Amino acid sequence: MKNVNQNQTAAVKGAMPPQLRAARVRKQSVIKFVILFITLAFLFVPLIAMLVFTLRHPLSGRWSAAPWIAIFTGNGESLGADLTVLWQGLGASLGLCLVTVVLMLLLMVPTMVIVHIRSKALERAIEWVATLPLTIPAIVLVVGLGPIYRWLSSQVLDTNPIWLCFAYVVLVMPFAFRAIAVGLNSIDVKTLVEASRSLGASWPKVFFRVIIPNLWQSILSASFISIAVVLGEYTVASLLGRMNLQVALYQLGQSNSQISTAMSLLALLFGVVLLVALDLISERIGKSRTGEPKEGK
Amino acid sequence: MTAAIAQNGSVAGKAAGPSATSSSSAIARHRKELGTFAVTIPFFAYTACFLLAPTVIVIVGAFQTRDGGFTIENFTKLFEPNTVSAFVTSILVSLASSVIGAVVGGLASYALVIGSKPNGLLRRMVSAISSVLAQFGGVMLAFAFIATIGINGIGTMLIKTVTGLTVNPNWLSSLPGLVTVYCYFQIPLMIIIFLPAVDSIRPQWREACESLGGNTVQYWTRIALPILAPRFISAFLLLFASAFSAYATAAALFSQRSILVPLMIQGAMRNEMDPNQQGFAQVLAFAMIIVVAIVMLLSHAVEKRAGRWQ
Amino acid sequence: MSLTDQNVTAGGAAQAEDAFKNDPTATLEGVRGKDVTKAAKALLKDSTTRGGGIQMQDVVKIYPGSTVHALDDFNLDIKPGEMVVLLGGSGCGKSTALRSLAGLEDIQGGRIVVGGQDVTGVPVNKRGMSMVFQAYSLFPHMTAVENVEFGLEVRGVGRAERRKVAMEQLELVGLADQANKYTQQMSGGQQQRVALARALAIKPRVLLLDEPLSALDAKVRVQLRDEIRRIQLNTGTTTVFVTHDQEEALAVADRIGVMNHGRIEQIAAPQDLYQRPATEYVATFIGLTNRLPGASDGTEAVVFGQRVPLLPGSKQGDPVAVLVRPENIALVRAGEADSAAGEHARVEVIHFLGAVARVDCEISSGEYPHWNKGEQLKVTVQLPANELPAGLAAGDEVVVTPRPVAALAC
Repeated sequence: MKNVNQNQTAAVKGAMPPQLRAARVRKQSVIKFVILFITLAFLFVPLIAMLVFTLRHPLSGRWSAAPWIAIFTGNGESLGADLTVLWQGLGASLGLCLVTVVLMLLLMVPTMVIVHIRSKALERAIEWVATLPLTIPAIVLVVGLGPIYRWLSSQVLDTNPIWLCFAYVVLVMPFAFRAIAVGLNSIDVKTLVEASRSLGASWPKVFFRVIIPNLWQSILSASFISIAVVLGEYTVASLLGRMNLQVALYQLGQSNSQISTAMSLLALLFGVVLLVALDLISERIGKSRTGEPKEGK
Repeated sequence: MTAAIAQNGSVAGKAAGPSATSSSSAIARHRKELGTFAVTIPFFAYTACFLLAPTVIVIVGAFQTRDGGFTIENFTKLFEPNTVSAFVTSILVSLASSVIGAVVGGLASYALVIGSKPNGLLRRMVSAISSVLAQFGGVMLAFAFIATIGINGIGTMLIKTVTGLTVNPNWLSSLPGLVTVYCYFQIPLMIIIFLPAVDSIRPQWREACESLGGNTVQYWTRIALPILAPRFISAFLLLFASAFSAYATAAALFSQRSILVPLMIQGAMRNEMDPNQQGFAQVLAFAMIIVVAIVMLLSHAVEKRAGRWQ
Repeated sequence: MSLTDQNVTAGGAAQAEDAFKNDPTATLEGVRGKDVTKAAKALLKDSTTRGGGIQMQDVVKIYPGSTVHALDDFNLDIKPGEMVVLLGGSGCGKSTALRSLAGLEDIQGGRIVVGGQDVTGVPVNKRGMSMVFQAYSLFPHMTAVENVEFGLEVRGVGRAERRKVAMEQLELVGLADQANKYTQQMSGGQQQRVALARALAIKPRVLLLDEPLSALDAKVRVQLRDEIRRIQLNTGTTTVFVTHDQEEALAVADRIGVMNHGRIEQIAAPQDLYQRPATEYVATFIGLTNRLPGASDGTEAVVFGQRVPLLPGSKQGDPVAVLVRPENIALVRAGEADSAAGEHARVEVIHFLGAVARVDCEISSGEYPHWNKGEQLKVTVQLPANELPAGLAAGDEVVVTPRPVAALAC
């Protein structure tokens, strides 16, 4: 038992009581700062090194922005590099992004919506299949895709890299599935459908006028994450002998590592922008979900 | 009397009603179910072609002779010293990078969550960068490390000018070098997997623990760590699977040497026409499926155990 | 540390505190040890079962980064074994007061004494109080009984002993058969019962309840609140209960402290608070009240020609607002009035509420057009349903008269 009197006189003198919680918060923030500093340093040092590397010629040690100028003017002659392969790869990857996203949406959205309304069992089956590519590594998939693509390119289609989209849809499936599932779970699709059906809307109308507008945020985030995956994909393209951005970066890296590093940094930055946007979108989904009127204080 | 009749009538009506409607509604329900199933056909057909078929080709190929007969002879190549050492290296690198990734990433997730708003700028930036590095880096991560501690890397130069020491140019392709590069996507991967787990720790638990007389050590050993443990372990296993199946980063670092299983698969695919290499790529791929499947099953089991209370 | 030890300490403190409750600034010197008389021993024994008293003196709380005083020279004095409810709207500081008492918030001034011990600088886990939170406070990886055992476990109580105590506590809240369930498998009401059992298992000096019922369904809320009161009376634990629900407060409290702007506006027994509110805020926060125009001399007011005695603290002047409860207004049909006092009004709506009926009327005389923000003055009357004039319907003319029951003028 403490001496009350002593404490009381302290209080009378106006001294502040011990700030135990504040002391702990201070201690925590020191720990937090140290951990974050070390982790972020590890994550950022290579990125900064990339930037410096593109600005400083490795052999002569001269500083110049030549690799960046080469990328933005499309002319690599000053560095003695032929950028054709880079533009080919970038073009192929951008085309692949578009086709993959369209194909993915066509395949996933209608199926997932209807299954969500109608059948729990089928929904689970689709979830299992769609997340399977996380368990089967791309390097394994590519071993099996080899014969399929050999047959496709000789019998049905050609060797155009755009046909990689078939494999890419599988690769983006787990990510896209999760993004769309979040959206479906955050709105009451069943009630929406019943309400609009009871108001006399036809099925196509329900789908395009009611469900899609309510799911657009999920659809957008599924698309963004697919774009990011496709832009970063190397394994399948390189082992099937097709050209895409990453394969081009790798090939260019053999002759001019500065330009390929600059381009990599740009691609990574673009990925970060895409994902920040994705984060903002999913936050909006979260808000609209918890935005229901709450009772209480 | 009249009441009784009326009641009887209504009972009869009720009895007749459901049986008549139930048979027609059963048909309707059946049709509806078929309709639902029909909608999913494109999805299942597509995944059969581009997910199931490649997997089957791998598995069948692993057991096939050159002229299509059944054999398990292909698997003998798994026990050749080269292959064994590739598996050992792969597992070691994956294990080491997963342990480091899980511990550092776990601590970083904790540091990101405590005392900051869930939608703070720092946290948003870190998770976006983490996602990019963890999932989409591939070849570009290799470039990042070549730019840092490759032969002409910025770090190499700095170390040389500051300390006068020369970094071994092969360090990046040594085991510790490889682990470091792998950590570069493992730590971010841990952050994005583990952040939600740390988020789910409620401040009330700590307050309840304290108000019941528990101190900080008791809070961590009895409350926080046991709650986080299952998700930490399953995250660690996911990290292992991700490192084990990573190809792009390693491929960009070592163009020729097949020191990891994915690189060996690449070599085997390139030499598929060589009669000695019959089914080798498939066997390796099959073995990878097995390893990853075991890891995933373990992770599933851990989550299920925790599922009793989650 | 054993439980009995703790009880004795708490009890001793309470005894000392009890002896000096008339002079809370007195020190404990001289009470301890040899001076303990037979009477004090009896008191000690009594208060062992009741827990400690609480004094919060001039407590100031300012949240970091804010200039607002969340607690502004907050004072609260609670007797051992008493159940005090802190009632107020959101942001009034009621939860802050409770969390400061628990030690979950630093205070920037004042002191907190529990059972005669100054706990101002004592960390949460050494204060010997336990808390029931609004929700989600149960440890999800432990079963119900493991949760209840936790507080005993950290005190080093043996496995068998703590299991026995925990089962007793679960029995007390009627959940002995759910002991091995994980909390996610339980309903919200059951979870809060477990939380209550967990808080009681350590035999706390003070039990703190922070809106424990607000996340529950209405029916469960009523059931559990009555149960909390029953258990509190049985164990005699000093209890502070925070809520924004006045009905809850009226139902369980020995005394209710109505809070506003970081201070207690009035603290009194539920009935006193309702019948003798000290401020307008208290009068309007608890129950329904009519603001009627009147002329006041400070002790008596004239409202609608009727003399109404005034409560202490009433304002003088003309006009003043006299706060009259709906049940303190008489209502008769126009023409049946037996006195000259009263005001003519027209019935707008009649709410039949079972045993009572509530009649909303609009004063029709037009004498007070600017009283109610430019609209006609409205009066709500509540009377036993069987005293409602037969056949009364919306649009009927009535006369309303305040009864001569003490009211507050402001």
